[in-house]
Amino acid sequence: MELAIGIIMGCCALGAGIAMIAGIGPGIGEGNAVAKACEAIGRQPESSGKVTTTMLMGCAVAETTGLYALVIAILLIFVAPGRFVNIMIDALGK
Amino acid sequence: MENKSKTAAFKAADVLLILMMILPVAAGIVLKVLFSPATEGIEIKGALVYFSVKAPLQDLVITDAQINSWLVLISITGLCLYLTHGIRAGVKTKRQYAAEWAVEKVEGLINENMGGFFKGFAPFIAAMLALSAFSSLMSLAGLFPPTSDLNVVAGWAILTFILMTYYRMKCGIVTYFKSFGDPAPAMTPLNIISELATPLSMSFRHYGNILSGSVISVLVTAGLTGLSKAIFGSMADTFPLLRVGLPAVLSIYFDVFSGLLQAYIFAMLTMLYTAGAFPADAYFSKHPDKKPETQAEA
Repeated sequence: MELAIGIIMGCCALGAGIAMIAGIGPGIGEGNAVAKACEAIGRQPESSGKVTTTMLMGCAVAETTGLYALVIAILLIFVAPGRFVNIMIDALGK
Repeated sequence: MENKSKTAAFKAADVLLILMMILPVAAGIVLKVLFSPATEGIEIKGALVYFSVKAPLQDLVITDAQINSWLVLISITGLCLYLTHGIRAGVKTKRQYAAEWAVEKVEGLINENMGGFFKGFAPFIAAMLALSAFSSLMSLAGLFPPTSDLNVVAGWAILTFILMTYYRMKCGIVTYFKSFGDPAPAMTPLNIISELATPLSMSFRHYGNILSGSVISVLVTAGLTGLSKAIFGSMADTFPLLRVGLPAVLSIYFDVFSGLLQAYIFAMLTMLYTAGAFPADAYFSKHPDKKPETQAEA
């Protein structure tokens, strides 16, 4: 029983870590967005206000996939172990 | 015409309105102190359940996310009443400038992003902006920010979804169902999924940003506590020295900047989605009298 609970906890933690690999995508995407925004401001400094607003907006939208991964990871760490342990105890009938 | 702002009654009303702004926050802190169980150290936890009401399907739990968002509502009402108290044409006061600035900003935002047909949306968008921003800023007072509870944000996102569906149905129910088969009938399942994913992604975006901020702050604080214990030994039990500084800087980014940015983005996406769902060309060719003078190019 202790071993099974240990495996559940460990796999949930591993899963959360693997889920956060999705953080790479938004990182690259937002980096690109900010780089292009810097170029645009360098070319046309008078449009910096509008470029900054649009860039922040785009960054936030690009962040969404990373946040999905974050929600999954948080569920795996805080919610899933308890659920799975309960399911296992029910299945074993103890 | 005597200046109204000199009378005692006006000042008393002012004091009452300022109290209406501050008291809810104080009440939230008192509630939290009274109801929070004593804990050892720092931990990450969700909303605190104050009490639960018996309901047929599932118990209706009242958490501090709900209580805090009601308190924010009262506080914002107080702020708006204070800013518009004694407002008159011709007499310029500082608070009148502040109120006019806020109203003009929001109306400019609406005109820029939604066009003339949606002029009446300004109060709704302003309310959404203020509610979201002040809810996220609640964490500055040490309270649980309502926006880091998925239920609260999901409610707002569902509201946006209802608005989108309403404006998509403006041309009749047949056009509504036809709009899913656009541009090709084979795209229907994808269009339905993307329609349903809109409120989901909006709520996850807002909630995930605020929650990740508080999780990272707590992790950094706990890590610094451990570090100062390792370096300074038992002295750190009473005063963890390394905890001074860095968490405050993180709080400026995660609580203030991120919270305000997410409020702006949530309001912006509400505007864009609602205006985008409205079939403007079909509607104005059917009702040419309702076409506003300046319709923004979509």
